[in-house]
Amino acid sequence: MKFEERYLNLFVLVGLLLLPIWAQAMDEPFTITLATRAVILALAAVGLNLALGIGGMVSFGHAVFFGIGGYAMGILAYHAQTYTTLSLGLFETGGTNSMPVIWLVAMLLSGAVAFVIGLLSLRTSGVYFIMITLAFGQMFYYFAISWAQYGGEDGLSIYVRNGFPGLNTLVPIEFFGICFVLLCVTLVLFARLQSSPFGLALNAARQSKSRVAAVGLNPTRVKLLAFVLSGAVTGLAGALFADLNRFVSPTMFSWQLSGELIVLIIIGGVGRLMGPVIGACVFVALEHFLGEITDFWHVSLGIILLCIVLFGRGGLIGLITGKEGAHV
Amino acid sequence: MYRPILATHGLTKSFGALNATRDVSIDLNSKEIHAIIGPNGAGKSTLIKQICGEMQPDSGRVTLDGQDVSKLSTFARARAGLGRTFQVSDLCREDTVVENVVLGSLGAEGAVWRFWKSALKTRDLCERAERALERVGLIEERYTRCANLSHGQRRQLEVAVALTLSPRAFIMDEPMAGLGVEGSKQMTSFLDGLRKEAPILLVEHDMDAVFALADRISVMVYGKVIATGTPNEIRNRKEVREAYLGDAV
Ligand SMILES: Nc1ncnc2c1ncn2[C@@H]1O[C@H](COP(=O)(O)OP(=O)(O)OP(=O)(O)O)[C@@H](O)[C@H]1O
Ligand SMILES: [Mg+2]
Repeated sequence: MKFEERYLNLFVLVGLLLLPIWAQAMDEPFTITLATRAVILALAAVGLNLALGIGGMVSFGHAVFFGIGGYAMGILAYHAQTYTTLSLGLFETGGTNSMPVIWLVAMLLSGAVAFVIGLLSLRTSGVYFIMITLAFGQMFYYFAISWAQYGGEDGLSIYVRNGFPGLNTLVPIEFFGICFVLLCVTLVLFARLQSSPFGLALNAARQSKSRVAAVGLNPTRVKLLAFVLSGAVTGLAGALFADLNRFVSPTMFSWQLSGELIVLIIIGGVGRLMGPVIGACVFVALEHFLGEITDFWHVSLGIILLCIVLFGRGGLIGLITGKEGAHV
Repeated sequence: MYRPILATHGLTKSFGALNATRDVSIDLNSKEIHAIIGPNGAGKSTLIKQICGEMQPDSGRVTLDGQDVSKLSTFARARAGLGRTFQVSDLCREDTVVENVVLGSLGAEGAVWRFWKSALKTRDLCERAERALERVGLIEERYTRCANLSHGQRRQLEVAVALTLSPRAFIMDEPMAGLGVEGSKQMTSFLDGLRKEAPILLVEHDMDAVFALADRISVMVYGKVIATGTPNEIRNRKEVREAYLGDAV
């Protein structure tokens, strides 16, 4: 049976919303946590999808932004919970417990770092781009490990989840709601951007930089902006992820995480609006159900990945809707 | 003072021991078609790449409207008014025909930093794009994916994208390549009218088209321009016949 893509998208979103509501009724908070985890990973991958899916920038270092988001949350909340000041040269702050402020900082910081990394990495392409972004990822990873002030290898624990005006974020379903709304807003923005003039130019820049340049547009600049936006979204997801676990550690910067984000996108469908969301749901489900049975659950993930790469270039969405993806 | 729209001044480029272009100085005046002909490997595409900024010459300059554009990047030269088509079609193959031309509209109107409204629902962008498609006769195919176009249609699409730019000068690298007899005829009559809008620097192997269209012809051999003149002058030059034309014309 062939499904139209938008019905599939709607179906997945509604399912993702109903699952925790059902779990709430059944009093199964852990299921809500799983769903929240899927939503946050999806958000991180939606960010990457902007760079990788539309822009063709295969970043193997997106954990950098995830980690920056995580540490932005961790550091701000740490100073707030220990009543210490964080001095940044010119000005000082006592940290904060407010989610919106943390999100803003996370996005600005990861966007700024994405600008620098993008500026340097976009001089290259193909395998070199993959390697250089990976190298940046490792740089941040080892930096975090040796950053003793904020827990080094052990990471930082935050005892109370940060607050959001009008909500009790410690209630799992309420925190899920926050993440879900952020994911939906980001998906709307992604969809608009994809069809906008900027999205069209970015899509063209993936296919042929010389074509874009021949019409008088700077392809590198278009890609760079996409990379910055991409990093900011993944950074936001990182802040949420840290809040979900109330813990940040250098693993948020690990190359495995960068790789997982890529895998999520490939499973769902590269460059597709909901590709990362579907990929994240499958990923978290496998991790949970198979992870209980065997430590080698990644193998099954590898098999799925292999099948998708071999038989359905459009990812699961491509298989279900019967339409091959536009992208490789 | 009289001034050509586009001119090259002593463009020289070598690849190792190979001199792909040697001291090439040509110009393009308003409303004219200046054809560059020459055997395979003569350096015609290399010349175009230097004009458009894809390749840096070892020495020499390019001027557009008297301004030196040699230091500008490819996209800046396109913005300054160079509308170029590629010898090997360089299109967004996964996109539809109309998306390819709308990309041209984006470039022409500098409208790339817009993030909300759908490009294909933006009136001015689409009108410009569809006008170009109508002119090359591709309007019926506007929702076809570029990858599914015939070779000839892709050549037309290349020209359509350049049209959206309303450039100061067209630079076309073998627009007739692989078009077939009928296609070449259509393209020939289209280019004939186009020169009124902007002059065309035309690299072409199709001698019927070249001699029908060109106001001036330059002959390149081994990276060097060995002759420039009207079609009649070129037809009768002995060294040109020896080097390239043979008995073709
Ligand atoms: N990037 C490059 N590196 C090395 N050699 C090159 C490069 N580009 C072109 N050449 C060589 O320069 C010479 C001129 O090539 P060019 O493509 O300009 O010829 P052309 O006149 O366009 O030929 P054709 O009519 O076949 O298109 C050829 O011998 C070609 O092999
Ligand atoms: Mg050539």
